[in-house]
Amino acid sequence: MARKELEIIEGLWEKVEELSGQNIFACYQCGMCSAGCPFTDEMDMLPNQVIRGLQLRDWNTMDCSAMWICASCFSCQVRCPKGVDLAKLMEAMRQIYLRQQLDHVSIDDMTPEQISKLPQIALVANFRKKTG
Amino acid sequence: MDRLTYFPGCSLKDEAKEFEISAMAVMKVLELPLVEIERWNCCGTVFSLTEDDLMHQLASIRNFIRVQEAGSDEIVTSCAMCYNTLKRSSLFVNHAEERLEKINAFMDEEVAYEGKVEVRHLLEIIRDRIGWEKVEEAMIYPLEGLSVAPYYGCMLLRPRQVGIDDPDNPTIMRDLIDALWATPVEYAFQAECCGSYQVVDHRELIVERTHRILSSARRAGADVVVTSCPLCQYNLRETQSELKEKIPTYEEMPVMYFTQLMAVALDVDSGELPGPLLARFSVGEGVGKGEG
Ligand code: SF4
Ligand code: SF4
Repeated sequence: MARKELEIIEGLWEKVEELSGQNIFACYQCGMCSAGCPFTDEMDMLPNQVIRGLQLRDWNTMDCSAMWICASCFSCQVRCPKGVDLAKLMEAMRQIYLRQQLDHVSIDDMTPEQISKLPQIALVANFRKKTG
Repeated sequence: MDRLTYFPGCSLKDEAKEFEISAMAVMKVLELPLVEIERWNCCGTVFSLTEDDLMHQLASIRNFIRVQEAGSDEIVTSCAMCYNTLKRSSLFVNHAEERLEKINAFMDEEVAYEGKVEVRHLLEIIRDRIGWEKVEEAMIYPLEGLSVAPYYGCMLLRPRQVGIDDPDNPTIMRDLIDALWATPVEYAFQAECCGSYQVVDHRELIVERTHRILSSARRAGADVVVTSCPLCQYNLRETQSELKEKIPTYEEMPVMYFTQLMAVALDVDSGELPGPLLARFSVGEGVGKGEG
């Protein structure tokens, strides 16, 4: 069985900042990102809560489903008054998983019928975001 | 005659054939034909958002090298996803000496990329190099009486540095619709995400998004929605059958590429048009000239 749990590596928080190139402490929690995010209904944490969690080094943040629901639509990015690119932070968090070979989707879990009705562009994009 | 160094992308050779057929036909009439670059490869569909990831820039850069080899410094695409990915790659490496050096050292089988290729979306070219007036002049069948809702989605507009128009108040598609004498429809969801690649493992999310976006367009009076992205197009078009199962009274909204709308008005090959559009309108004789 493959390891399913994220291994807590040293410097994980710094790694998220480094991979994203974002200064998480620039965020002053105005909530504009969450106000404009089309997917908050499906997220367990709001985008601004994710960044708050990163600021507080709260481990629960690394378990959030929000990072996998985020569709990289960049609505938050154009709205943030502080110039924080939350889409990049979400990607950095996903990358922490993916670089530990913890894929979020698997083609093996999909039926041939599911695969055949999806266009290439969706499959390639999804696997680029959710597998390592 | 001037011509454009054209990057089709994979979708336009497959499920979005009508996008390419119509784009080619339209640009020919507008006297700025699309000439496909040789040996292009998939752009990777999404831009890698991590700072340390040069590997995933290679796909874009190989395409830029093909452009260089063709003696051009511009790459034009009509696929919004390819546009966004290629454009962001170009901003990531053009004028970034250190990154360029690393990449060129890695791709030693290729000639060096000089960092000079500019990425443009076809809509920008039509706006900036052809102009709405010329489009209007080339029109054979004005689309009077047709209400068209532009759907921008994300990739044409965001992030700001990449957007071909103001992300908060885009007008480029509205101006195109105007030029074709159709009525542009204003509605709240024109630049809201359709759910994108989440259709693979969260299809229910896309069905919900489609409902919101298309119902909003319908309430605002739209007869048809136009897109510039094969993934938006798939999501908005294909999940409507699931919507119908959930909501029996749901009325299908035709969705097509902006180039198809142009092709209808310019009386050139539009590729396959959405069925409901054919059934509901006969805009001159232009509708139905496609192969579909
Ligand atoms: S919009 Fe920017 S500053 Fe406001 S909460 Fe979101 S990330 Fe923080
Ligand atoms: S990029 Fe992600 S977090 Fe930001 S608005 Fe879009 S879906 Fe929400």
